[in-house]
Amino acid sequence: MTIDMSQFYQVFFDEADELLAEMEKLLLALDVSAPDSEDLNAIFRAAHSIKGGAATFAFNDITEVTHMLESLLDRIRKGEMALTPEHVDAFLVSKDVLTMQMDGHHHGSSVDQDAVDNVCQRLKALSQGIVADAPAAAAAPAMPPEPVQSAAAPVADADGNFSFRIELPEVPQRDVDALAAELGLLGTISQEILDDKRVVFTLATPETQDNIVAICSFVLDPDDLRITHAGASQTAAQGDSGYGIFEPEKVDAASQPAAATVESPKPGQPATAASAPAAEAKNLGRRATDKEGSNQESSSIRVGVEKVDQLINLVGELVITQAMIEQRIGALDPLHHERLLNSASQLARNTRDLQEAVMSIRMMPMDYVFSRFPRMVRDLAGKLGKKVEFVTRGAATELDKGLIERIVDPLTHLVRNSVDHGIEMPEKRRASGKNESGKLTLSAAHQGGNIVIEVSDDGGGLSRDRILAKAKQQGLPVSDTMPDLDVWQLIFAPGFSTAEVVTDVSGRGVGMDVVKRNITAMGGTVEIRSVPGAGTTIAISLPLTLAILDGMSVKVGEEVYILPLGYVIESLQPVAIDVKEIAGEGKVVKVREEYLPLIPLYQIFAIEPNFTDPSQGIIVILESDGKKAALLVDSLVGQQQVVVKNLESNFRKVAGISGATILGDGGVSLILDVSALLRSSHQLYADPIYS
Amino acid sequence: MSKTILAVDDSGSLRQMLSFSLKAAGYGVIEAVDGEDGLNKAKQQKVDLVLTDQNMPGMDGLSLIKALRAMKNYQNVPILMLTTESGDDMKALGKAAGASGWLVKPFDPARLTEVIKKLIG
Repeated sequence: MTIDMSQFYQVFFDEADELLAEMEKLLLALDVSAPDSEDLNAIFRAAHSIKGGAATFAFNDITEVTHMLESLLDRIRKGEMALTPEHVDAFLVSKDVLTMQMDGHHHGSSVDQDAVDNVCQRLKALSQGIVADAPAAAAAPAMPPEPVQSAAAPVADADGNFSFRIELPEVPQRDVDALAAELGLLGTISQEILDDKRVVFTLATPETQDNIVAICSFVLDPDDLRITHAGASQTAAQGDSGYGIFEPEKVDAASQPAAATVESPKPGQPATAASAPAAEAKNLGRRATDKEGSNQESSSIRVGVEKVDQLINLVGELVITQAMIEQRIGALDPLHHERLLNSASQLARNTRDLQEAVMSIRMMPMDYVFSRFPRMVRDLAGKLGKKVEFVTRGAATELDKGLIERIVDPLTHLVRNSVDHGIEMPEKRRASGKNESGKLTLSAAHQGGNIVIEVSDDGGGLSRDRILAKAKQQGLPVSDTMPDLDVWQLIFAPGFSTAEVVTDVSGRGVGMDVVKRNITAMGGTVEIRSVPGAGTTIAISLPLTLAILDGMSVKVGEEVYILPLGYVIESLQPVAIDVKEIAGEGKVVKVREEYLPLIPLYQIFAIEPNFTDPSQGIIVILESDGKKAALLVDSLVGQQQVVVKNLESNFRKVAGISGATILGDGGVSLILDVSALLRSSHQLYADPIYS
Repeated sequence: MSKTILAVDDSGSLRQMLSFSLKAAGYGVIEAVDGEDGLNKAKQQKVDLVLTDQNMPGMDGLSLIKALRAMKNYQNVPILMLTTESGDDMKALGKAAGASGWLVKPFDPARLTEVIKKLIG
């Protein structure tokens, strides 16, 4: 039977990715001086599982690295070797190498073989109790290397010999002889012939697998070789083909000495556990029964995103249909149609619940993003010679998958900035009376319909003077009396960087503007709070999901438009005297002593309105990016949740419009792109955006 | 009626492969993610053969084997232990726990069905 193994690769890659991420997380959380044995076990199991999968799918390079990792971890978890910071470093590097190898197999990306060899060397050195001169070893106070006794790995016998089982492909007899002679020089060799006439060597040698492969590759293609560790060398001589069935009647005391001592099987009672283990097993059985209530069904299933999106889309349609029904029956006489109306309200409730439940499928915990930072902060801090304590809060807070993927880059940038520019060098911190190690906090929390993500450091804070000086130098419109909040916002200007030294970590002046732009594009806002000497907090506020929007519907002529509610501050009918005309620049309206540019919506989309006079229509005050404007419409229709439909994919991009939705009556309504409206408000009359 | 095999392994890819190979060979397959899950599923439905990994979180393979052997209707059901360790120690432990045989990981699907055929036909 031949089976195409490649069909299982995807699951293996997914699984290995998860295991590697888990491993990294555990490694970073590990207290080196007193590691938790459960954590060590879990790390070991991760390496072990990856090894098992890799070996099954013949990713031999991955098997090799995980094997070394696993055996080293095994000794540490069994207490044969103490955990040192060097171990953790080497394990982390191994994780990176494995990720690289995995990507190599998965996406065909290039694999840096030097890095692989390097990490193998490092792991090997560590397993022999030698502290590798790894770069990180310089900083950390190295623990004394383990006593030499531990150099004898469990797989080696008393003479330090490892036992290898070398399965040859079909080769001519003279090659077999040549190989046997060559390998015989390394240690003790024996050979046997399998059923299919292939030859298997069993070699007891202190040499490594690599050396064996090297020798064999003179004669044959190393890819055809199957080399496995066969345990301590004295157990080697079992001619097995990878499996065996215990046959108690024919126990061969010579080949299975251990079995004979553990168990004395009675004839006629094959393969039944001896009474002692059985009693023990009963206990186990009972314990398992107690837990039976908590069902052990696997807790998650993998589903393609497109399936979920399709579901969301369908539910969106359902919501619209439901709204249509609701509208139609609104005209019915409640007395005559009581039962129908009751059912309809039931439908409304169920639809809403269904919608919420379906939306929650797309929700992912922030941990998906947060989990990549501990490692980054650790590496960055090491590179910069800083000490940083990294704390995350609210990692369980959920956010739409689409948003969570787009928040990664901006957040990475902010965290990097905080470590590089925010947190000071240890000496400086000590001099200013702070703890040498800086604190970087990443937190997420729900606030109403938004999620607020904060990157907070206890570093030097932003320097008002430097930002202002730099802004002046770049010709930005600033004044020395600007409020702090406005000054901080300056760092989002394109090409703005106040870092005195451009490091390879950050400070090239690209970035903060991109951060701001990305977040605005997601419908979010960025706010900075900073106190000199005490630190900086950057708060990102994002809507929970992009697919559903709280909107205010407004009417102009016969058209209904949706305004995202987040931008709406208030709506009012101005008195005629508050509306002023500025020559060549359109109108402004005075609202609470503030003059706001007036944007007549009918003009933007060239519609015949009911009112052209602001004092007869309604103005809606909008705010985006700190800029305000007044939008003139005929009337307000109402506030409602709308399902956002992409206009670009169904039609084409339209300036001033961010999407469309289907109303309860089946009509289509366009969602206004408020940011774009406000941006163009100052040049509206010179350059209408509908052109 | 086709024979049913309970495949216990914490690795999803391995379970998938076991499942696929066994189903291709005409067996019914029940999957379990660890020892405890395996034990529960074995209780719910009597299976004709159990395949179990050794190293799993929670209840490991050896404990599962012992627990199964303690159950009346699993006294004579073949249990194969999947192991990455081909050393005698693990085999001896497996045998002591009541395993009927062992299979070294990684394995070839053909080999898997070969050994299972030997046990339950």
